[in-house]
Amino acid sequence: MALLEVKDLEVCFGLRSGAVKALREINFSLERGERLGIVGESGAGKSVLGFSILNLISRPGYISKGAVNFEGQNLADLKPHQLREIRGNRISMIFQDPMMTLNPVLTIGQQMVECLLAHRKMRESDARKIALQKLQQVQIPSPETRLDQYPHELSGGMRQRIVIAIGLLLDPDVIIADEPTTALDVTIQAEIMDLMLNLCEQNNVALILITHDLGVVSEVTQNMMVMYAGRVIERGPTKEIINDPQHPYTQGLMNALPQMAQAGQKLNQIKGAMPPLQRIPTGCAFNPRCEYVMEICRHNLPDSTVSGNCRVACHMVAEMKREQAMGDEV
Amino acid sequence: MIAFFIKRFFQAVVVMFVISLISFSIQDNLGDPLRELVGQAVSEEERQALRDEMGLNDPFLVQYVRFAKNALQGDLGESYFFKEPALEVILNKFPATLELVIGATFIIVLFSVPLGVYSAIKPQSVFSKAVMGFSIVGISIPVFLTAIGLIYLFSIELGWMPSYGRGETVEILGFWESGFFTQDGLEHLILPCFTLASIMLPLFIRLIRAEMMEVLQSEYVKFAWAKGISPRRIYFLHALKNTMLPVITVGGVQIGTMVAYTILTETVFQWPGMGFLFLEAVNRVDTPLIVAYLIVVGAIFVVTNTLVDLIYGLVNPTVKLAGR
Repeated sequence: MALLEVKDLEVCFGLRSGAVKALREINFSLERGERLGIVGESGAGKSVLGFSILNLISRPGYISKGAVNFEGQNLADLKPHQLREIRGNRISMIFQDPMMTLNPVLTIGQQMVECLLAHRKMRESDARKIALQKLQQVQIPSPETRLDQYPHELSGGMRQRIVIAIGLLLDPDVIIADEPTTALDVTIQAEIMDLMLNLCEQNNVALILITHDLGVVSEVTQNMMVMYAGRVIERGPTKEIINDPQHPYTQGLMNALPQMAQAGQKLNQIKGAMPPLQRIPTGCAFNPRCEYVMEICRHNLPDSTVSGNCRVACHMVAEMKREQAMGDEV
Repeated sequence: MIAFFIKRFFQAVVVMFVISLISFSIQDNLGDPLRELVGQAVSEEERQALRDEMGLNDPFLVQYVRFAKNALQGDLGESYFFKEPALEVILNKFPATLELVIGATFIIVLFSVPLGVYSAIKPQSVFSKAVMGFSIVGISIPVFLTAIGLIYLFSIELGWMPSYGRGETVEILGFWESGFFTQDGLEHLILPCFTLASIMLPLFIRLIRAEMMEVLQSEYVKFAWAKGISPRRIYFLHALKNTMLPVITVGGVQIGTMVAYTILTETVFQWPGMGFLFLEAVNRVDTPLIVAYLIVVGAIFVVTNTLVDLIYGLVNPTVKLAGR
């Protein structure tokens, strides 16, 4: 049984103009110690997916369909206090902007200790010891003094280290990292990413890495998903997707990477922009921007088809598969 | 900390100077004090002579410098009506006003925090909507109308509460007439305190609600949820502490304002406080008393604002009082 299994997940936002689907037909599973990358443009639903795993989507969002099974238990069915036992304890999150994630009026120590005390029966002094130990693990200089400092006294990189330390505080099984380095200075991005990956590996923690940095995903994850307008359009082993992207959108993303282009040449870009959730075109959501658009793309939503080790939601890929299969028969 | 107080002290000096200048300069436009001081029978020449004697005909600057010299020694002039030092007259009435303000503040804090927090956490509930509706009504009704309504209902129709005065008081610390320690005194406090609170309470409920709703949307509250800590801790520690920062700032100014605006409440309830005294002083063109009142209220503002900054510094770790 997979550690975490998301089945046919659908998330809606109840707006005045009616419910809008922010996520649909999300399927994936995560094994213990696995590293999964989720990529896509801004607004593709990556963060919503991250939050909906722990049922943390803020109103007016809600899970309308599907299941998030964690060790066989559907998190969407749990009562609030049962869910609270999972949050921060078995599955923890690392947020994007360390300047905003720590409470400005509480000390680092308070914010770490409360998390331990919420999940374990222990004395406050023992909790402080564990907090100190975790701060050492994330290589913060003079951790003892940090415990009594407030977030504004620390730099962005230090704060993100602390957020990572809080994420690891209770030795969780899964960490969901929502663009953990985007808000940081370029020079410390790699440092923080390495630190996080090392700690995950040491503790055998599964990592869901939400990012739009394809480079990072290709380097550190085993599997990846590409999202577009609330759907997963391509999913499979990272190596295969990076080397041989099949969905036209993924291909577009790869072509837009600077290292693929020749010096002095203009960068490729995917024309147009992702549609807002209220105005997703019928058929394949990508069809207005797709170079290979066919008549069927404008009317029918493509199902996800198996192609090698990957699953791709594209009519063109499906057709090629059919032709291949027919060719094999003949 | 010491640097903060020194800086504050010099600021206060400037503020008090400006207040004294303004309040002293308006006294010429308040009417003729002589008309109240002397009877009809006194002739115009005698009046003129009296004016000269009192220095009322001197140029403004000469009058002001004389006033300022005395004021620096704690002498704000002598009330024409009471024939006593104006400052003493006002300070005698100060406990009554302060107790009214303390009572009203108590009511405001007691009700605004739970109501504001509740209606921020559950904005859609019927109770929250009712609270919001009532708060609009509360803000919109003028104080004197609230006062008359309360008197009509609780004093006249139901007969539960006294309608005017301070009731029985006891002297504490040798100079302070307090109504807090007798049942009669407390009963007399209830209606005036609710009246005085009636404007500020809805304001604070709405302020706390709005701030709290914003804080609840913040990333750090979301992160607190993701840590799996209890909702009570999230609402009352993580969110409320941040909510209170702007509320303390506004609140401090409002307490000062309340001292100044007890006038209406005191008048309707015949409350023997500073506000009531001030209104009488205006009627009697008792200019030294008016000037002294304005200066005392100005000083109260300065003191409360300093206290608020101190409290704010204690609650908000990002503020270092001495560091600037």
